[in-house]
Amino acid sequence: MRDVYVIGCGMTKFGEIWESSFRDLFVEAGLKAIKDAGVDRLDSMYVGTMTSGLFVGQEHVGALMADYLGVAPIPAVRVESACCSGGMAVRMGFLDIASGNSDIVLAGGVEKMNDGADVTYALSTAADQEYECYHGVTFPGLYAMIARAHMNKYGTTRDQLAQVAVKNHFNGSMNPNAQFPRKVTLEQVKNAVLVADPLTVLDSSPVSDGGACVILASEEVARKLQKPMIKIIGTGVATDSLALDQREDITALNAVKVSAERAMKMAGVKPSDIDLAEVHDCFTIAEICILEELGFAERGKGGLFTEQGHTALTGKIPINTSGGLKSKGHPVGATGVAQVVEIYEQLTGKSGERQIKNAKIGLAQNMGGSGASSVTHIFSLM
Amino acid sequence: MPSPRYRREMPQRYRLEAGKCKSCGKIFFPPRLICNKCGSEDFEQVILPEKGKIVTFTIIRVAPTQFEAEVPYAIAIVELENGVRITTQVVDCDTEKLEIGNDVKLVFRKVQKEGKTGILLYGYKAVLA
Repeated sequence: MRDVYVIGCGMTKFGEIWESSFRDLFVEAGLKAIKDAGVDRLDSMYVGTMTSGLFVGQEHVGALMADYLGVAPIPAVRVESACCSGGMAVRMGFLDIASGNSDIVLAGGVEKMNDGADVTYALSTAADQEYECYHGVTFPGLYAMIARAHMNKYGTTRDQLAQVAVKNHFNGSMNPNAQFPRKVTLEQVKNAVLVADPLTVLDSSPVSDGGACVILASEEVARKLQKPMIKIIGTGVATDSLALDQREDITALNAVKVSAERAMKMAGVKPSDIDLAEVHDCFTIAEICILEELGFAERGKGGLFTEQGHTALTGKIPINTSGGLKSKGHPVGATGVAQVVEIYEQLTGKSGERQIKNAKIGLAQNMGGSGASSVTHIFSLM
Repeated sequence: MPSPRYRREMPQRYRLEAGKCKSCGKIFFPPRLICNKCGSEDFEQVILPEKGKIVTFTIIRVAPTQFEAEVPYAIAIVELENGVRITTQVVDCDTEKLEIGNDVKLVFRKVQKEGKTGILLYGYKAVLA
């Protein structure tokens, strides 16, 4: 396989972007990424979007975006894996270049969630329609059941859950692209309106519009353009049962664990080698479980690890320096790509106030559904 | 939810029909065509027990459109007496007093309605035992 590099990135502001359409969000991010990379052509394109058919009634997204980005007739296809559609688009771009098929690929993601659709229903289609959704399950409900099981089994506390939101909103307060760039307190998170007990609205990522794109390239192209050499040193994907009730341990996210093990094995790194990570904090409990699955915290101690400050900007492993899904926003298809944007900017020293000094190796972990699919990438400044 | 699809799931929703792998004994609900434990494609039909315990639960306060009129309602993962786990609503109880480990029993109830004018959709719900 050939080596693959990230040579540029771009994203829209995340939020309720009333003025921009589904296609405009993608094209805006794509144009920024193409200009940032300084490329004059694309060989192919992958577009991650979870459920544009339900959100805006639009399928056939690969061709639509290639047309409006002005790059048709290049090959372009949509990639879908629920909330990790974006991360999977990056994975497809990686494979396209690694295989020798393409030299310059745009991997992007987009979602337009605020155009009037039943968002709770649309998101629930990532769960088991016949045996979860049929009974009235929602996504906050699934993560709430994981949270309650984790609290019961390991003694994880309400304050520890809330600390994830406090930390991520603090980071997001320094991110101009964040949907909610403002700090919150433990009390505000705990006392916010309940969505699905024990999770409140401030334990939950918001409903967002947004797009994010990265340009991937072969080593030859990256060197010719004299770009900072940010190499994808590891990629891993794994799956698990779609329905939460089919898993032996409801508090474990095995797909996350296996996807990270695969990426770390390929990269030849261990958790202690990682300088910072963007992880899929769709709900506060998710970040706690992910810390355990990635090997940053011991099993059952993700909450304590967070409470002790190890995941803060100044901690031993800063998690979600961008503000995460929690503060930055979660336009589902764009999220996995936006994580890569943050890692790229951190590794190239462009993160402003939230810059992690001397960051050399970054990890991005993006998850679908209640953890039924996960994709992990590891990036290194060469 | 289109009616042909609803009819296809009736054996599970009305009668709790599950599939037991004849090779390794693992029971699947809903039934599957291949065992994810041993790879066997040879199954026999078994009926799930109606009694079980709450493994975890939540109270849904923001619901999809077709369940909006029911909020707040409890959803649980229930482990039945034979070890099979299912996701179901827990009804006829004070949701504020539910706890992990509560004994429950599955009963036959209306679950939702197919659109504004469609058929009534039935299935299992749990009540405290």
